[in-house]
Amino acid sequence: MSEERRQIISVERGRVPVIAPGHTFATVTDKISTIVLTRKTPLYWLVPFLIASGLLMVFLTAVSYLFVKGVGIWGIRVPVMWGWAITNFVWWIGIGHAGTLISAILLLLNQSWRNSINRFAEAMTLFAVACAGTYPLLHLGRPWLFYWLFPYPNTMGVQPQFRSPLVWDVFAVSTYATVSLLFWFVGLIPDLATLRDRTHNRWAKATYGILAMGWRGAASHWQKYETASLLLAGLATPLVISVHTVVSFDFTVAIVPGWHSTIFPPYFVAGAIYSGFAMVLVLAIPLRAMYGLGDLITMRHLDNMAKVMLATGQIVAYSYLFETFIGWYSANQYEIYAIWNRLTGPYRWTYYALILCNLVIPQLLWLKKIRTNVVWLFMISLDVLVGMWLERYVIIVVSLSRDFLPSSWAHYWPTIWDVATYVGTIGLFFFLFFLFIRSLPMISIFEVRTLLPQAEVTEGVEK
Amino acid sequence: MTNPSKPYAYLDLAEIRARLDSSRGREYWRSLEELANTEGFEELLEREFPRQAAEWKDDAAGRRQFLKVMGASLALAGLSACTRQPTETIMPYVRQPEEVIPGKPLFFATAVPIAGVATGVLVESHLGRPTKVEGNPDHPASLGATDAIAQASVLDLYDPDRSQTLTYLGDIRPWSSFLGAAREALGPQSATGGAGLRFLTGATTSPTLADQFHAVLQKFPRAKWHHYEPAGRQASRAGARQAFGEPLNTYYQLAKADVILSLDSDFLCTGPASVRYAADFAARRRVRGQQTAMNRLYVVESTATPTGAKGDHRLPLRAADIEMFAAAVAAGVGARGVDTSAGSQMTSGPHAKWIAAVVKDLQQHGGASAVIPGEQQSPAVHLLALAINEALGNTGKTVIHTDPLDLNPVDDFESLRELVEDMDAGKVEILVIVGGNPGYNAPVDFGFTQRMSKVKLRIHIGLYADETSELCQWHIPEAHFLETWSDARAYDGTVTIMQPLIMPLYFGRSVHELLAAFGDQPNQTPYQIVKGYWNRQHPGPDFEDWWRKAVHDGIVPNTVLPARQLAFKSSAAPAKPSQVQGLELVFRPDPFIFDGRFANNGWLQELPKPLTTLTWDNAALVSPRTAERLGLQNEDLVELNFRGRKVKAPAWILPGHADESVTVHLGFGRTHAGRVGNGVGFNAYALRTSDAPSFGSGLEIVKTGSKYPLAVTQNAHLMEGRAIVISGEIDEYRKHPGFAREKAEEPPKELTIYPGFKYEGYAWGMAIDQTACVGCNACMVACQSENNIPVVGKDQVLMRRPMHWIRVDSYYKGGMDNPETYFQPVPCMHCENAPCELVCPVQATNHSAEGLNDMVYNRCVGTRYCGNNCPYKVRRFNFFLYSDWTTPSLKLQRNPDVSVRSRGVMEKCTYCVQRINEAKIDAEKEGRKVRDGEIVTACQGACPAQAIVFGDINDPASRIAKLKAEQLNYSLLAELNTRPRTTYLAALRNPNPEIENS
Repeated sequence: MSEERRQIISVERGRVPVIAPGHTFATVTDKISTIVLTRKTPLYWLVPFLIASGLLMVFLTAVSYLFVKGVGIWGIRVPVMWGWAITNFVWWIGIGHAGTLISAILLLLNQSWRNSINRFAEAMTLFAVACAGTYPLLHLGRPWLFYWLFPYPNTMGVQPQFRSPLVWDVFAVSTYATVSLLFWFVGLIPDLATLRDRTHNRWAKATYGILAMGWRGAASHWQKYETASLLLAGLATPLVISVHTVVSFDFTVAIVPGWHSTIFPPYFVAGAIYSGFAMVLVLAIPLRAMYGLGDLITMRHLDNMAKVMLATGQIVAYSYLFETFIGWYSANQYEIYAIWNRLTGPYRWTYYALILCNLVIPQLLWLKKIRTNVVWLFMISLDVLVGMWLERYVIIVVSLSRDFLPSSWAHYWPTIWDVATYVGTIGLFFFLFFLFIRSLPMISIFEVRTLLPQAEVTEGVEK
Repeated sequence: MTNPSKPYAYLDLAEIRARLDSSRGREYWRSLEELANTEGFEELLEREFPRQAAEWKDDAAGRRQFLKVMGASLALAGLSACTRQPTETIMPYVRQPEEVIPGKPLFFATAVPIAGVATGVLVESHLGRPTKVEGNPDHPASLGATDAIAQASVLDLYDPDRSQTLTYLGDIRPWSSFLGAAREALGPQSATGGAGLRFLTGATTSPTLADQFHAVLQKFPRAKWHHYEPAGRQASRAGARQAFGEPLNTYYQLAKADVILSLDSDFLCTGPASVRYAADFAARRRVRGQQTAMNRLYVVESTATPTGAKGDHRLPLRAADIEMFAAAVAAGVGARGVDTSAGSQMTSGPHAKWIAAVVKDLQQHGGASAVIPGEQQSPAVHLLALAINEALGNTGKTVIHTDPLDLNPVDDFESLRELVEDMDAGKVEILVIVGGNPGYNAPVDFGFTQRMSKVKLRIHIGLYADETSELCQWHIPEAHFLETWSDARAYDGTVTIMQPLIMPLYFGRSVHELLAAFGDQPNQTPYQIVKGYWNRQHPGPDFEDWWRKAVHDGIVPNTVLPARQLAFKSSAAPAKPSQVQGLELVFRPDPFIFDGRFANNGWLQELPKPLTTLTWDNAALVSPRTAERLGLQNEDLVELNFRGRKVKAPAWILPGHADESVTVHLGFGRTHAGRVGNGVGFNAYALRTSDAPSFGSGLEIVKTGSKYPLAVTQNAHLMEGRAIVISGEIDEYRKHPGFAREKAEEPPKELTIYPGFKYEGYAWGMAIDQTACVGCNACMVACQSENNIPVVGKDQVLMRRPMHWIRVDSYYKGGMDNPETYFQPVPCMHCENAPCELVCPVQATNHSAEGLNDMVYNRCVGTRYCGNNCPYKVRRFNFFLYSDWTTPSLKLQRNPDVSVRSRGVMEKCTYCVQRINEAKIDAEKEGRKVRDGEIVTACQGACPAQAIVFGDINDPASRIAKLKAEQLNYSLLAELNTRPRTTYLAALRNPNPEIENS
């Protein structure tokens, strides 16, 4: 019986090991650090990395052309002045949310199973925020003036306009990026020290050494680490809620029918976590197969994440239904038309595809068989990612394309450069992610060690 | 080397300038060489390319020295490069020209001739550069307004594609060489009395030119003057000739007309008097308070036009059936002298009641009605219309006949046919084509281009090296009307002396100069010719004063042609009932490109055509029902097969078009128009023969199966049950004047807990009368010209990125086959609660204390959030670098008071804030408030119907405040609580209850 099969059976029977049996502190450390410290770069790393690099080149080309010509190379037009760029921005920012949720909220809730996945989930957050962050800058008509959105002392005597949700966005996203980076880095320090101690390469030793900031594993270090970690988790927790709430304000504050809705903040946060967990699964499933990490990222993790997806998916589904209901209930002809246009207008296929992807297909996750089948999980996670992208597309493009005056209505269609920029940021994301898994431990070594039975015993003694 | 101790031989700059000005082409080079021989030049040359540091020690002479260097730089620019460098003066005037204050524009009266007929205008000039055309309030055809073409004419002036040099078989030649060649060729002609000499002109009304022609024809009695205007007025002349025996000019005094019947005439938007007609028509529809009298317009038309849209009743009929309709009306009103038998078919048909009601209404308003036949209709329809007007007693009251405006009032097609036959017979030795472009627009059955080769000497003068100049040996660049002296008549005969505002940019020659070359004094300047002619008309000691006043005012007093009262003759030729078989093809001049002559004007190409909102193309327009029958969709590429000739054209479905009829607009498919106009659209002239110049039956449509994208600016024309254009009937208004306001639900101002902003000083506002707006789009071009709005091109319009700050939306109401159509001009609303301002992250759009929604281009980073949040979608974004920052000549056109925007910034209507500020500065200097009417926005100024009113709503005596107090006044999307400063007056119609009830 394979290890995988054993895990599935144990999940089905309700016995839930977080880590497969047979591991000791040493084996965990060995297993995770070897991935980084090996001299041999495996082909299954190299090939995806090269593909991601190729896509990164697409990104750089698209961005260079964009800077030379202007945002007119995209499909945006009157009245759809935001198109794929903002769709992608919201999508990427949403994806980032899962990492923070896993690392911060689950830490505070003492969900120790998170220890195997929080490191790469947080890395995913950072890279997703990096991808997201490019869009608000790229989509500017004059991107070289992006810093005007920051309040800084200047001779013009002009400050940003603080009533604009875009300014709130600047604060929300930059705070989020900063806290996420700090949290991730602080969490890395003990493992960086481990790598420093285990590597034989002088350069690596020096680099890891500097980054480890003199970590010796002393009790005082651990005590400070735990405090810092908890504090940062406390800081990051409200951000999980606030960032996407603020992003949703970009829409709710505007008067465009289909945007102007009070349900957006919770709906966006749930959607963000939904897509974030889908992305974690999309990353975790191939990773554990490639690096044989099935014993650290076990079926229980996948099962738990699928359950979170199922729960947030239900919130999202509820929001869809209520959004439609409220549109009708508002008795406002523009709102009613906006909903009607979603259901029957020229873009109806995007709405139905969205319902299919986000509402119908994920219902399969109710079945334990599906939740414990990595192929199904992977496919459903991809499907949710597509669905969540479509959701933003429907909100942004479909609402804008038909607003108040029919004379201005127009059909939006993306150009090749919209696609290139989007695909390019996916390239950027995976480029960074593969660099990460090659150079840093993708699973938190010291935190996984606390999940071992040996660690539990120690805890018991202390108690 | 000059000796430094030697006193400088000063160069006489004035002399050099004069010499440079009077020399052209090859002479220009020669004179520079001559220039180079002067001592001064030697020295300047040395200073331009110094072998030692330039000497500036001599302080007393320093400044003059500087001037000399500048002068030499100028001269060297001519020596060292083949292109003419722009003159850049970086010093103040030595002698300030009178009245020229930098920053203060001057206005000069002149006239825009379109197909020869003038519309009087005042042209704004900034330091010698004409930048903007405004109407001349004193001119009868303008009354201060203009049409779109006149507004765009200033762009033609600066068109870099205009022909710039006189050429002989493509080689550059000086004017003198042309004069020599002409003299040589004319030598043998003198012996034969000019038997081989032919002139071909378009329609022209210039008295001076007529005088010159007569002189030439006197000198060469056997020479012939032919006349071809592809979209001219020959049908009305032919109708008048049948009716009165003379090719009279007919115009209408709509101010006196209570009932108007249009027989396929788009009199409100096309034709030389359309601006005046629109003004008179709209003035009779201004419902204000208790003043509820309205005129009534019936329109029978084949192609849906703005005039049809304004009709209180509209009947789509095939162009060929209009004659039957006219005959039926003629029979109804008891018209004498015409055969009305053709009308019986109509009176027994489905439109019998309609016709009876129209006839009754016309008869009730005898002497105060007008029947207006379309210029593209048959002479028979014109004859019937004349008879109807006679029978109704309108002639002499609302319908005025005068002598023809055209100098050579012949049948265009017959005249050209005669020329072509002479060419074919080898009788034509010298052909002088004065303006016009027969190589492109001659009827295809004449074989004009092939027969041209039989003419020995072919001379063409034109603004562009076009299809016709390709066929000629000599091409002479024509001076634009803003570059030269001339004169022209308006629709009623009023003469305007046209004065130049700028020296010819491209060495253009006036047609007067060309004709002078065939006369006795070949070297006269246009000024001498025109002034000389008028001196002969007005001899006497006061001529100089008279001349100055005539030029200054833009009208020559007492030149209105007197009304002619002629007896209506019995028609010799009875109108024959036309037999229509199969589909009908209707040719129309394009509303903006006209017959093709404005094809290289980007403003006009990008101006959405009324109703279709089509830009950068023409299309085969079909009715929805015909499209259904033929299985056509919008943008289907079809082959039009008309009497054995084929052309491929994209189809476009136009609601309200007559069934079984297809309209194509002329003027497209040019091959030698220039970079803007080449290859735009399809050439409908390829189907146009002399036997069916306006319409004809026998069209076949074959679908090709492929699509051709058409760039329209409005796709959806239905209001979706929203209170966008609020409309009603006059009876509804009389019973319940507040109906419009009730439909626009404005939230009460007390709903907010915040105190409202108090606008203490001025509070600018605008009101747009939708009853008056005729949808001619003149405001759009006026705005474009005033505010330096770029042209974006077809691909960008396809992406829905046109930049017009004001647009004219059209909406349909009722069925597809004959909908009611409403126009709604939409500039920025300048909302008091502006949704755009709230969302801008960098404070680039702000509210002024006077209620303007200001846009700060410098601050804009281009998030486009404002554009998304604008419910009126009036914000325009520079997706690319749309403004032309490189073409030198186009820079001259720009309004210096308005920023030229660059890539990545949002822009929109500013209520012409530069004009507001100018008026405020003037008022402040004089210690007073801005007077009502002192500020005229560009759109308001151009509007022929005076549908747009702008002013200070805080001033209760202002026109705008009074309009805002009207019951018809409402805010667009009022329920959003944006509190727009631009408001609308509901559209009113005056339908005939007899037709309504039937």
